[in-house]
Amino acid sequence: MFKYIINRFLRSLLTLFVVITVVFLLMRMMPEEGYFGKEGTDKLDAKQKEAILTNLGLRDPMTVQLKNFYEELLHGSLGDSIIYRPNVPIGKIIKEKAPYSIAIGLSALGISLITGLIMGVIMALKKNKIPDKIGTFYVVVIRAVPPIVYYLFIQVYLTKILNLPILFDVDEPSSWILPTVAMALGSIAGYAMWMRRYMVDELNKDYLKLARAKGLSEKKIMFYHVARNALVPMVQYLPASILFTIGGSIYIESLFSIPGMGGLLVDSIQLQDNNLVQALVLMFSVVGVLGLFLGDVLMAMLDPRIKLHGDGGGR
Amino acid sequence: MVKNNLENSDIEEIDKSLFEFAKYDSKKAELIGYSNYSYWKSTLNVFTKNKVAVFLLVVVVFLLLFTVVQPYLPNQHSPIKINIDEKTGLQLRNLPPSAEYWFGTNSIGQDLWSRIWSGTRTSLFIGLTVGFIELIIGIFIGSIWGYVRKFDPIITEIYNVITNVPTTIILILIAYIMKPGIITIIVAMSVTRWTNMARFVRNLVIIIRDREYNLASRCLGTPLSRIATKNLLPYLVSVIMLRLALAIPLAIGSEVFLTYIGIGLPVDVPSLGNLINEGRVFMMVPSLRYQLLFPTAVLSIITISFYVMGNAFGDASDPKNHL
Repeated sequence: MFKYIINRFLRSLLTLFVVITVVFLLMRMMPEEGYFGKEGTDKLDAKQKEAILTNLGLRDPMTVQLKNFYEELLHGSLGDSIIYRPNVPIGKIIKEKAPYSIAIGLSALGISLITGLIMGVIMALKKNKIPDKIGTFYVVVIRAVPPIVYYLFIQVYLTKILNLPILFDVDEPSSWILPTVAMALGSIAGYAMWMRRYMVDELNKDYLKLARAKGLSEKKIMFYHVARNALVPMVQYLPASILFTIGGSIYIESLFSIPGMGGLLVDSIQLQDNNLVQALVLMFSVVGVLGLFLGDVLMAMLDPRIKLHGDGGGR
Repeated sequence: MVKNNLENSDIEEIDKSLFEFAKYDSKKAELIGYSNYSYWKSTLNVFTKNKVAVFLLVVVVFLLLFTVVQPYLPNQHSPIKINIDEKTGLQLRNLPPSAEYWFGTNSIGQDLWSRIWSGTRTSLFIGLTVGFIELIIGIFIGSIWGYVRKFDPIITEIYNVITNVPTTIILILIAYIMKPGIITIIVAMSVTRWTNMARFVRNLVIIIRDREYNLASRCLGTPLSRIATKNLLPYLVSVIMLRLALAIPLAIGSEVFLTYIGIGLPVDVPSLGNLINEGRVFMMVPSLRYQLLFPTAVLSIITISFYVMGNAFGDASDPKNHL
């Protein structure tokens, strides 16, 4: 077990290192306007621009740039913002924004876990009956309709029907409801679909015949055997749905004007703040790598049958 | 005793000229080994049983044809021409749908009807191209990955890096670095999309290569081309078709997303992403909301159709679901 976690952790670190380096190198290929700001590009002459670039260390040899970058990272510094909030450390900006994203992301995750799993169980128990068909319809619609479409409809029509605020307001608790629910809709469909699938697979297995022959009640069979075993692979889906909330949060935060990280990424892209974009891409990538690592470890902990000293087969 | 006699007399009454001895024919003897099972015919049979999917197929084919034919129909406006009122010389801004402008005009007086069809054409083109690139790269890398054992660790590591990072982030990064345009969007999407396809092909190559029935085929002297087309291909088709069908709504969705965050196609190229993004501004104005609703409706119809069709066709082309 321990060996597996260490092994998997080291591989995640390697992945992170590659990702960080690739992102850094790719960002060096970006147009240089991102270092002067929209006004600066027009006003500054070539000499001044060159001075700014040299000052930022962008004219150093690539190896030196990489070394500086790693050193700063090790000290926990992501550099300064250039245009979004000039000369403010990016770490400070993120510290202000992250709590909103985490709060909404986790609430959405909680809602979708509970709703999605219950929905999946009901669908599996009533397979091919009306509840299953309604559930399947929901899953297909949510997966097929682009998120922007139903997010917009929620913002335009649902706010009116439910009489809730259209834009986010920190002090107004009711303004948290719709963004969170909207973000959860997609993962609910995911959880329901997979839970149904695993339950149905589990229902066809031989050990259930033995359980019935022993005279166990259907209730006990369902909750102690079927649902429990079906939950094991679901654990691995958990981090993936955290990743999904990243994509979702980019839309939702800028739609509802939530002062979070997703909205920040959109703003920094539109302002072409190279440093900020780089830092945010790195952060989201780290979240992604960590999420998948946690998913694998959790699954290995929950199911003793999963081979621990992996030959790296799975993924 | 009596019964036996009766049967004998029956047999004697049968006309013997109806029967003749068969001659041995080595070709016909071989033929018995094959059934009249046809892969594509069975696929089509299973697919046509799904009435919803067939209906959506008709809708999509009609839409596709219409985006091509539309500019040549009579009385069509140009999608990029800014229409100007001849009397006042002003732009025909934000006109509601009318006989002249079927879906109304946008905020600078362009005809929304023709913009929507032109945008659909662009978006479908992007979707189809990304789908095909995904197939070609995916199958190519996947078969090398599965077949050449030396490359396995290298490609696996590349795959790990790409799949560990959220796709959205890679998409944003590539689109941010390159200049906005159709090619950028296609490249950005293709960079991440091939991975799933490649992994699937790799696993399949590894599994199927040494299966008993392939071993049997090889022992019988079946040529490689026949093994590839008859033993391997049917297993691949279901996933290839499914992924191709799903690539189109995915690509259109990504295009909308990139436009939304400001790194999509330039504004002068109409696309569904651009149209929705333009219409979004008028979301809060009920009288102008049509500018959002029309492109959104077209986008939803296309994505739902391809999604349902893709799943139906994926099921139908899986040989396990035949007969």
